[in-house]
Amino acid sequence: MAESRWGLWSAIAFVLIAAAVGGVIPPYDTGLLTQVLIYGIFAMSLDVLHGYTGMPSLGHAAYFGLAAYVTAICSLKLGWGFAAAGAAGIAASALAAALFHLLALRTSHSYYLMITLAFSQVLWSLAVSWTDVTGGDNGLPGVARPSLGPWLPSVSSTIGYFYFVLAIFVVSAAMLYVFVTSPLGYALRGIRDNEMRMRALGYHVWTYKYLASIVSAAFAGVAGELYMYLNNFVSPSALSVTVSAQVLMMILVGAAGTLFGPVLGAGVFVVLQYVLSTYTDRWLFVIGVIYVLLALYAPQGALLYLRDRLKARRRPTADRTSAG
Amino acid sequence: MNFWIINTLNGLSLAMILFLLAAGLTLIFGLMHIINMAHGSFYLLGGYIAISAIRLTGDFGTGALLAVIAIAVTGVVVQRLFLARLYKQEMPQALLTLGLLFIIADVAFFTWGGDPLLVPEPRPLQGGVRFLGVVYPLYRLFLIGWGLATALFLWAFLERTKIGAIVRAGMDDEEMVRGLGINMPLVFTAIFALGAALAALGGVLGGPLLGMFPGADFEVALLAFVVVTVGGLGSIRGAFLGSLLVGLVDNFGNVWFPQLSLFTIFVPMVIVLALRPTGLMGRV
Repeated sequence: MAESRWGLWSAIAFVLIAAAVGGVIPPYDTGLLTQVLIYGIFAMSLDVLHGYTGMPSLGHAAYFGLAAYVTAICSLKLGWGFAAAGAAGIAASALAAALFHLLALRTSHSYYLMITLAFSQVLWSLAVSWTDVTGGDNGLPGVARPSLGPWLPSVSSTIGYFYFVLAIFVVSAAMLYVFVTSPLGYALRGIRDNEMRMRALGYHVWTYKYLASIVSAAFAGVAGELYMYLNNFVSPSALSVTVSAQVLMMILVGAAGTLFGPVLGAGVFVVLQYVLSTYTDRWLFVIGVIYVLLALYAPQGALLYLRDRLKARRRPTADRTSAG
Repeated sequence: MNFWIINTLNGLSLAMILFLLAAGLTLIFGLMHIINMAHGSFYLLGGYIAISAIRLTGDFGTGALLAVIAIAVTGVVVQRLFLARLYKQEMPQALLTLGLLFIIADVAFFTWGGDPLLVPEPRPLQGGVRFLGVVYPLYRLFLIGWGLATALFLWAFLERTKIGAIVRAGMDDEEMVRGLGINMPLVFTAIFALGAALAALGGVLGGPLLGMFPGADFEVALLAFVVVTVGGLGSIRGAFLGSLLVGLVDNFGNVWFPQLSLFTIFVPMVIVLALRPTGLMGRV
């Protein structure tokens, strides 16, 4: 099925290799690896919605940015501790999804795509115009990384933060793995493939979709907070459609509907952004071209496309030998 | 009283710009089931090309015509070269147009820079008119009139011509129309080009009010998305009603609650979708 053992083992291998090299490679590269992990969580969260449940969201930045803002505001303006501010951020994202989906679940397919886009843009415009609270276009700078307590290592250094993010990545990935391989996760896949039949089988489709959207939003929030702490900063761009489009691209480059493919997509994304930014600032153009290519050749994901191509290349030779 | 007249007219002129976009969006969706993410790009490119063409020729009408034709041709190319290959694949089509949105945005930024540019008002329409005790810009009145005329034209085209009948039939049952021997791929291309041209017209005519700048494509496309979501995808009447609603709400919202900007748009959308998930005039 979608959760191949191969995927699980390569995910474990990835984590082990990351843990091994994260401490010894140059700090800049450690920073990039941290980004891969954060985007990986973000991409997995969208995959629950898009890949598993078949709800194409183009507004996932809403939960990413909302949690980042709420955490930043709670710690900067209200002086809350790390645990409280972090929990508040995740709760805000989950709550936003819960409220929004009371409405959004009345729509599906194209309508859902548009309404999620509109929702994220509303939050974006709030972040831009509600300057008293959000700092407007300047965002909220100077959010210090948390101290986890005297008995745990500091996360203020690049390496310390990397291991902190890695730990959260492992926990999130494990939770999401359990989620999508549970009977509930299989029901979500059933809804994606044939909603009518699931309904006929007696599943309460609405509740399943509702749960998936909240879980997805909560983990997107986790990624948003980690990203905010990585930069000590949050600005409206965290809520922008570019971020939504980028995370969607990650799961399309990986493979929608597998949990760890999108992490690979996140890796490709970060490396691509890093490499290209040294040659050109036409980054939007590149994203656009990638989207066009994906749409034309590999709408199910570049990874699956490559796999099919490899299989297709092997098969004709096999046929030829049997024929000859 | 003056406040109400001026802001209602302001809302109406915004509504007419939105209608030019939403009409194309809703026709394209209704017939081909394509969510055209790049619709705002046609608007933006139309505006930018008009600015350059007007600078070159010194005449608003010529510049506007050149821009609209250029974008209609772009629409034909996009539809024939890309979208036709993804026939009936909703998600890949949306992704493709999303890619075009980014590509065109970047090309426009590269070509015209990051500073806002205004499309110059046509000379005969500059200045204001006095009526009901207010002085109101003539150009905005022209825009409202133009929008109404376009709406009437589109309605007559769809309801009173043979091609319009083919388009309406295609929305209901495309295979049957094909079976009757009608060249649907050609109709698809024509309607896509028409939609693109209308969006470009929106850019040209809206340009003197809203200006062209990086991000304008997305800003206005988002409002158009809200319009068609409220009005119902695939319905011209819905697009018209939705435009009026969104244009007026956005204008008064910005006057009364400037800090909440887009949020005020979201409220009518929530109400409409809660009561009618397929929009005011939505089909099925």
